Amino acid sequence: MNRAENITPRLAFPSLTYRLWKVWRRDLDAFMKTYQVNFLPPLFEPILYLLALGLGLGSLVNKTIEGISYIQFIAPALISISMMYGSFFECTYSSFVRMYYQRTFEGIIATPVSVEEVIAGELLWGATRALINSTIVLAVVAAFRLISSPLFILIPLLSFPVGLMFSSLGMCFTALAPNIDFFNYPGFLFITPMFLLSGTFFPISSLPPAVEGVAQVLLPLTHAVNLTRGLILGRVDIGLLLSFIWIVGVTIVFFIISINLMKKRLID
Amino acid sequence: MTKKYNGLVAVDGIDFEVFKGECCGFLGPNGAGKTTTIKMIHCVLPLSAGVLTVAGLNVSEKPREIKKMIGVAPQESNLDPDFTVLNNLLVYARYFDIPKQVAFERSKEMLKFLQLEEKADVIISQLSTGMKRRLLLARALINDPQILLLDEPTTGLDPQARHLIWDKVRNLRKRGVTIILTTHYMDEAAELCDRTLIMDGGRIIDEGSPVALIKKHVGGEVLEADYDEAVLKALKERLPGARLEILGDRVHVFTDQPHGTFERFLEDFDARGAMIRKANLEDVFLKITGRQLRE
Repeated sequence: MNRAENITPRLAFPSLTYRLWKVWRRDLDAFMKTYQVNFLPPLFEPILYLLALGLGLGSLVNKTIEGISYIQFIAPALISISMMYGSFFECTYSSFVRMYYQRTFEGIIATPVSVEEVIAGELLWGATRALINSTIVLAVVAAFRLISSPLFILIPLLSFPVGLMFSSLGMCFTALAPNIDFFNYPGFLFITPMFLLSGTFFPISSLPPAVEGVAQVLLPLTHAVNLTRGLILGRVDIGLLLSFIWIVGVTIVFFIISINLMKKRLID
Repeated sequence: MTKKYNGLVAVDGIDFEVFKGECCGFLGPNGAGKTTTIKMIHCVLPLSAGVLTVAGLNVSEKPREIKKMIGVAPQESNLDPDFTVLNNLLVYARYFDIPKQVAFERSKEMLKFLQLEEKADVIISQLSTGMKRRLLLARALINDPQILLLDEPTTGLDPQARHLIWDKVRNLRKRGVTIILTTHYMDEAAELCDRTLIMDGGRIIDEGSPVALIKKHVGGEVLEADYDEAVLKALKERLPGARLEILGDRVHVFTDQPHGTFERFLEDFDARGAMIRKANLEDVFLKITGRQLRE
């Protein structure tokens, strides 16, 4: 027997078929069982933020930021944050529960669906959660009359790649997580700093220069916020294109890495 | 074929065949490599070395084709707690590309076969262990498999639930399904299997039909008696070829002498607590895998 046949390459592009949608569909079906509860947080959280920070804190911010009011500044960020939360937490806590506690993946890979397709289906479902959650937040923002450009219509389209990026990043942590409490680390070392420092509640330019550079270039949420804000306000420039390319590139890389890591975890 | 995990050899160069339409049992203590072997058969674990073919297809080349014709009931429940009993089957059928209507009819039929019809709309957490095990079997049958893999199908079940599963397994075997099961219950192997492979430490240490294995290793009957120096001495004199095993305060005597040897011994010699019983697979198993605990 040729030994090479038994050695899986370190990093391979996953071979995927339509079957990954069956995994996505399983997650959608499970989500729809409890949709009433699932729709509430993305509906109420942005309302609270807009009231407390936008109107409350905003009344103390007596100047405009980049020509807009404080509430107009944070509204697009809330949409981006919902993309991040929806997908990242789906592919960390929820995927971990399905993998470890419910053994759902083990059940599925005993069928013609492959392990790569299971993970790809989970990632696409995470992206779908970003789409669902951010569309609800977008509706709230619209209800507060904070949209000033018809380009906002592109935001659901944007939410899918953004969601896929955060799903893939989350799934890498899931592949490495020894237990569910482990997710506290990416939570406070990665997600919380992004939540606060990605040009979400104040412009990145207010940060000390060293931190500003890092936030501007390396934080994935910064690019999502740039894009969302640009589309809501109708301020389109080359920066948006660069942010979009950045997101697509990071998504492709981590999509492949996360599937490989999960395959290694589930099979070896 | 061989399977290694991070330097630990779980399956150590085993070589075996399972024939179409038979019920073949893998017997062995915990950690013998039974589950690993099962997982390699249904293409979930890649082999570290060797070749494994299922129905003429190589597991490393045609996993999807193989998985299409196999049904798997795992040791621990991996039923989907997010769905009801019926929806578990319907969602699972989707992974096999079974059309919706066919899946529905097949699910109903399987629930009936495993006496779970009344539980169709119940959520998984409300099922007893026995019901879960039956549902796992129903789910394994959803794709009308030619080969059924059962990993410890009755571990932890009460006698009623156990017998129901056995009954269904026999029924499936009669219909021509090839069945591969693992167990550490010797009565289960004796009850269901045409052939058993005894595994220990990742190797197959013997194989044969339960009856042949018993005959080969422990003969027809076993004499048990309370431990007593005098009895032991008499046994050694009268039955020189017999194998004596002292277990706590009991003596087990195995012999290949013909039926009646023990009766004659007991007629002449009054051994306290004496009992003659038929030798069983458990005697074989303990003889060839030893008595130390496996944890």
